[in-house]
Amino acid sequence: MPIPSFDDDGDRKVTIILSQGSLESAYAALIMANSALGEGIETHLFFTFWGLDLITDKKIDHMGVTPVGNLNMGMPQAVAPIPGMASVATKMMKNKIAGLDVPPLREFMEMVQDSGGAFWACRMTVDMFDIDESDFVPGVKDIVSAADMFNLAEGGQILFI
Amino acid sequence: MATMTYSGVEVEVDEEGFFVDPETWTEEIAGELASAIGIELTEDHWSVIKFAREDFVAKGETPTLRRVSTGAGVPTKALFELFPKKPAKKFAFVSGLPKPKGCV
Repeated sequence: MPIPSFDDDGDRKVTIILSQGSLESAYAALIMANSALGEGIETHLFFTFWGLDLITDKKIDHMGVTPVGNLNMGMPQAVAPIPGMASVATKMMKNKIAGLDVPPLREFMEMVQDSGGAFWACRMTVDMFDIDESDFVPGVKDIVSAADMFNLAEGGQILFI
Repeated sequence: MATMTYSGVEVEVDEEGFFVDPETWTEEIAGELASAIGIELTEDHWSVIKFAREDFVAKGETPTLRRVSTGAGVPTKALFELFPKKPAKKFAFVSGLPKPKGCV
């Protein structure tokens, strides 16, 4: 008698560490977080170094793609550093993403949070960038150390982006 | 391929139990599907089910959680309350639709 099994598969947990500030890294982190939450997995996101841009109110809407050093984009590397190229590449990728019915980053962050995802900011990076809670988008639970992050992640999986 | 009998009607389901043909689903069956996975249907569940089924007809695939949220006007948080833990898979099952394929 096949009825889909929706039982809890134990206490599954994942901690996604975002260390990069590019648009594609941000989407990679959010898509995985969203998928994990949709499977009933407890999900934490730890933002460190440039990953912190995703929870920084002034930065989240301006995260982009850089074609410099990105050989997979198929753009000649002599052309990639020309002013305006990064913004063209960013616009193209944002259009492609919107075409897939995937929300812009700010909305996606709200969605992940509404689905139960927990956001944590890295203490050292916050101190280094000289910012505080008032610079964050809503919903960041706390600023914690790497040691705290390991305690949060205990018993689960860790993904580093 | 397996068959299941819901409300006296035999339907074809895939190996996990999702409906193979959404046309074999009826509103009467929905209540039985819901209680099979521990859900008691309310009006809010029904607005999700109705939107999901209409959207399936229009788009040819099970809508994602975000599509249901914007399309049926049910906030994400509420979807997780109505269909706990695995909302997309659960509403798909109760609505007699295939397992959702989309990532978001």
